[in-house]
Amino acid sequence: MQCEICKARTATVHLTEIIDGQRTESHLCQNCAQKEGVTIKNQLSLNELLSSLIAAHQQTDENSGSEKSRKACPECGITMEQFRKQALLGCPKDYDVFESDLREIIEKTQDNNSTHKGKVPVQTHISPTSKHEEQSKMEDLKKQLSEAVEKEDYELAAKIRDQLKKTQ
Amino acid sequence: MRLTDLSSKTSRWFDPAAPLSDIVISSRIRLARNLAGHRFTCRCDDEEKKNILQTLRETILSLSQPGDISFIDIAVGSNLERDFLIERQLISRNLAASKGPRGVVIAENELFAAQINEEDHLRLSVLAAGLNADKCWQRINSIDDEISEKIEYAFSPRYGFLTACPTNVGTGIRVSVMLHLPALKLTDQLKKLFDSAKDMNLTVRGLFGEGTEAVGDFFQLSNQVTLGVREEKIVEDFQALIIPKIVEYERIARDRLLVKDANILDDKIARAFAVLKNARLISSHEAMFLLSNLRMGINMGRIKEIPIETINELFMLTQPAHLQINKGQLLNAEQRDILRAETIRAKLN
Repeated sequence: MQCEICKARTATVHLTEIIDGQRTESHLCQNCAQKEGVTIKNQLSLNELLSSLIAAHQQTDENSGSEKSRKACPECGITMEQFRKQALLGCPKDYDVFESDLREIIEKTQDNNSTHKGKVPVQTHISPTSKHEEQSKMEDLKKQLSEAVEKEDYELAAKIRDQLKKTQ
Repeated sequence: MRLTDLSSKTSRWFDPAAPLSDIVISSRIRLARNLAGHRFTCRCDDEEKKNILQTLRETILSLSQPGDISFIDIAVGSNLERDFLIERQLISRNLAASKGPRGVVIAENELFAAQINEEDHLRLSVLAAGLNADKCWQRINSIDDEISEKIEYAFSPRYGFLTACPTNVGTGIRVSVMLHLPALKLTDQLKKLFDSAKDMNLTVRGLFGEGTEAVGDFFQLSNQVTLGVREEKIVEDFQALIIPKIVEYERIARDRLLVKDANILDDKIARAFAVLKNARLISSHEAMFLLSNLRMGINMGRIKEIPIETINELFMLTQPAHLQINKGQLLNAEQRDILRAETIRAKLN
């Protein structure tokens, strides 16, 4: 989306205001927003923050061709394009399917963190998923385990090991 | 459960005996969870939502909760009932406004709520009066463990608990503390506070108002980062660091007001009291604003004849849906303003 003022840069600041019951929207780029004195409010909600990040990300993506943004998740059918519009993913698998696109967005919204620290479910039991899914889950875990060891994140490695034990 | 059973009482989250409750109204922790093997709520058709609702409802109703536990079907309720639950902070605006099978399980005297088919399949929340984030965490953590023994959550070792919005991924935890900061507001120090909160990756929201506007100097502070930090660390930061510091600033600001501007302060408090005791029509916005000043006056010892419980109760009872549920009928804005003024006069005179 183009900035409404300079009509050149991509709009990353989106304002929705209710004035006398009338809803008005404006979309500005960072530069024009600053010039207009639109300060980014502290109360900027997470969704707004995310949308602006996604929009910024989209800009770089557009240059490299949009083939990628049309790729759909086989599980829920969502594309990156749709995610950018609504800021919501369609299913847990999207985290794998769109891994490379999501990583940057996640790191930006999560203070540069990219790996979970914290509790794990008591019992990540195997529900009636297919053999194939179990297999791929195992492989995924093994890959993550070696990554964790490589990064010397032994706390995470121990968790993944426990996870693997449960899966086996 | 009948909503009228709740409507005449104050929520448990206003408890004057709780730690630092003159400034910290309440602490709340919510966890975002999704079931493995299902699409996220926004991509589910009604059939899938129905299945998820059924699974989670059964699981949560079978938890070892002390006391009464109830399920409220949000899809069949009226708008007024939904507004009422929003005012009591039992459901989000989002759950009220969305479509299809959805609901909320409420237990532990409204301190525990589990919203089903919100943005995520499950939004657990535990609330406590005053500064009690650690207590909330202990409780919600054990509930969450009990649930995850029975059902499989969507979880990846790398990204943790998988959520519909990546801003919640990882721990899925949101710690929110509701604060009453009238002296920082009066002394124009809120901006400074908000700026430093932002530096610490915290979100500040106004409370009781629509959107981000703060009515009555109530603010809600919550963590933004959910990935890469342990839950205990997030909770401990609020409990031992951030909130005690803000409380200290507010107290300093209050003391300074008493020393430097006692007349201005007492004038504000006395005017608020006078209007509340005499008004015949009062909007919820004005009521909130004046009650906030009166609350400050009582907590600072400037007004002694009204117990703080009365004010806490009025914050709840004067909200639009509460007025209507207690009256037992739908009321237009003017009728509500009349009834609100009556309710306040009855409690303060």
